Amino acid sequence: MTTNHKMIARDVSVFYGDKKAIDSVSIDVDMENVTAFIGPSGCGKSTFLRTLNRMNDTISIARVEGTIELDGEDIYASGMDVVQLRARVGMVFQKPNPFPKSIYENVAYGPRIHGLAAGKPEMDQVVEKSLRRAGLWDEVKDRLQDSGTALSGGQQQRLCIARAIAVDPEVILMDEPCSALDPIATAKIEELIHELRGRYAIVIVTHNMQQAARVSQRTAFFHLGTLVEYGETSEIFTNPRQEKTKDYITGRYG
Amino acid sequence: MSLLAILFLVLGLGLISWISARMRASRFVRGVGSDRPHSLPSYHGWYVGLWVTIPALLFLAVWASVSPGLISQAVLATPGAANLPAFGMERAAVLSEARAIATGAVHGGFHAQAASLAPAYRTAIMHYGLIGAAVTLILAFAGGAFAFTKVRSDFRARTRVERLVMGALLIASLIAILTTIGIFGSLVFESWRFFNMVSPLEFLFGTQWSPQTAIRADQVGSSGAFGAVALFWGTIFIGAIIAMIVAIPLGLMSAVYLTQYAKPSTRRWVKPILEILAGVPTVVYGYFAALTVAPALRDFAVMIGISNASSESALAAGIVMGVMIIPFVSSMADDSIAAVPQSMRDGSLAMGATPSETIRKVLLPAALPGVVGGVLLAVSRAIGETMIVVMAAGLAANLTLNPFASVTTVTTQIVQLLTGDQEFESAKTLAAFALGLVLFIVTLLLNIVALRVVKKYREAYD
Repeated sequence: MTTNHKMIARDVSVFYGDKKAIDSVSIDVDMENVTAFIGPSGCGKSTFLRTLNRMNDTISIARVEGTIELDGEDIYASGMDVVQLRARVGMVFQKPNPFPKSIYENVAYGPRIHGLAAGKPEMDQVVEKSLRRAGLWDEVKDRLQDSGTALSGGQQQRLCIARAIAVDPEVILMDEPCSALDPIATAKIEELIHELRGRYAIVIVTHNMQQAARVSQRTAFFHLGTLVEYGETSEIFTNPRQEKTKDYITGRYG
Repeated sequence: MSLLAILFLVLGLGLISWISARMRASRFVRGVGSDRPHSLPSYHGWYVGLWVTIPALLFLAVWASVSPGLISQAVLATPGAANLPAFGMERAAVLSEARAIATGAVHGGFHAQAASLAPAYRTAIMHYGLIGAAVTLILAFAGGAFAFTKVRSDFRARTRVERLVMGALLIASLIAILTTIGIFGSLVFESWRFFNMVSPLEFLFGTQWSPQTAIRADQVGSSGAFGAVALFWGTIFIGAIIAMIVAIPLGLMSAVYLTQYAKPSTRRWVKPILEILAGVPTVVYGYFAALTVAPALRDFAVMIGISNASSESALAAGIVMGVMIIPFVSSMADDSIAAVPQSMRDGSLAMGATPSETIRKVLLPAALPGVVGGVLLAVSRAIGETMIVVMAAGLAANLTLNPFASVTTVTTQIVQLLTGDQEFESAKTLAAFALGLVLFIVTLLLNIVALRVVKKYREAYD
């Protein structure tokens, strides 16, 4: 196993109380790569995604076994500061969830709590850079003080992406980021994922297999809490090794 | 036949008609399509049963209030009543004694005449009782017969019954509204009379409050001044300032703890205990304020060198009232924090914010309108609260900023003005209604604004 993987998960199992939601999943995530998690509803792909920045910690009955390393450091080790971890591993959610604050304040939120910008001019730069990278700057540059919740659904989701990249993360987790959006907004987000790929390691959970095929380089197929197959996206979609993967991709179930 | 017996008879008839109409309806042919019976058998039962009982009972209610008058008129028309005392208490006493003898409640009595009128009473009661019973039963049967002929397969009994149910619900809700309007009307009426004696300008803006009006010309210390500013200030000082300084931070912090930090098991027993606070009778808070908090505060004030500290202080009443209001603020805040979508919280935590940063920067700002609404409702409750201030705040109408001084409030003064044996027509008594009117309007406005704010906020996330 080469050590230049950004994140390495080994034998990760997740329990909700007595119920095992994820069974012994091992996966690597690389920089400058988009990794897609696909699978039918309830297969555990979102649950697994949330273990990567310890968002499962907010659910008191959830318990994680196995190891997940970020740059060789175990993120579930007792010395790991979860605040630091989440600054390095950002997340974008299924439903756009901008804070009920101005567009500017939404993006400035992360830099502010992490102390990344000293003074207003520097913060302005961070906000502009983040909004530019999220492809939203031209649409909102004249109304940065408007409420973030007044934007359209697609704009809100790009605002959430801008908010996530404002703290300069290394990994961005996206949990079905387009499932609440119309096709045009979806296309914009996919284009954005392409552009962001060069700077970050991106992990995206999606229902939409075409989307996985379009945006990702590697694809993991989950079924009933297990990882059925993981490999190059082109391989998975054209020549799956597992019968189950083939059935799912050809639309026999799911 | 007594009213009670007729009542049960009508109800019995209603039950019988309900059962028989239901049985009849249940024998309808079960067709298909448009031939299907329109309503279930029980709706036909209710339709007929209500036609039997409602007109009859309405008549009975009217009759019960009208017939005593008719009876005594009939008795007075008899020759035996000709030589009754013409007016007054004695005449009434004789009549009521005669009625008591007639109904068998009393034997013999003080007035010889009463016994002689008793037979006339007896026949009149019998007479009108029979008329009442007969009309009631005729109405019941007529209603039943009318309704029973309608029990057919295509009759829309369900629609009729449900319309009646809706009417009943409407009346129920109107009663509460009409009562409010009635209260408001009586307040306005009595206040009007007060403002005929005292100018509204003096009442609303005068600073001199001394409601004792002179009964004798040479009486000392009864100027009869009705400037209520000191009362309004005292009310605001205690209810809206001191009580809120106590209640808002404590209520908010307990809500934050309960929604964000407490384990479910902790929440399970802390929350009910907090709600018990809301169930403590206010009179208990009152003597806690008067007997425990107020003396302690006075001693404290003396210790730090405030010489004119009163044993009835604004601070004591305000603090205890604040404690009383805590569950109120905390449960409103709890609701509005819980109404902030989980996705906001997740969004903030996923940025690497700590739970406390998330609460301060995301949850509280998002929940703010709901919290403000809750606080306004709490203020409206605090300024209407009576027992604590009556017991702990004092009576002197001081216009002061000193929390250790004694101040008085609108509600305290209303209690003072209405207890005691002043005649009803005096400005002193009527002033209570004017104060009540002001209080009513202010709390009403506060409630309207608060509910608006809360509602507007709720819509934002749905």
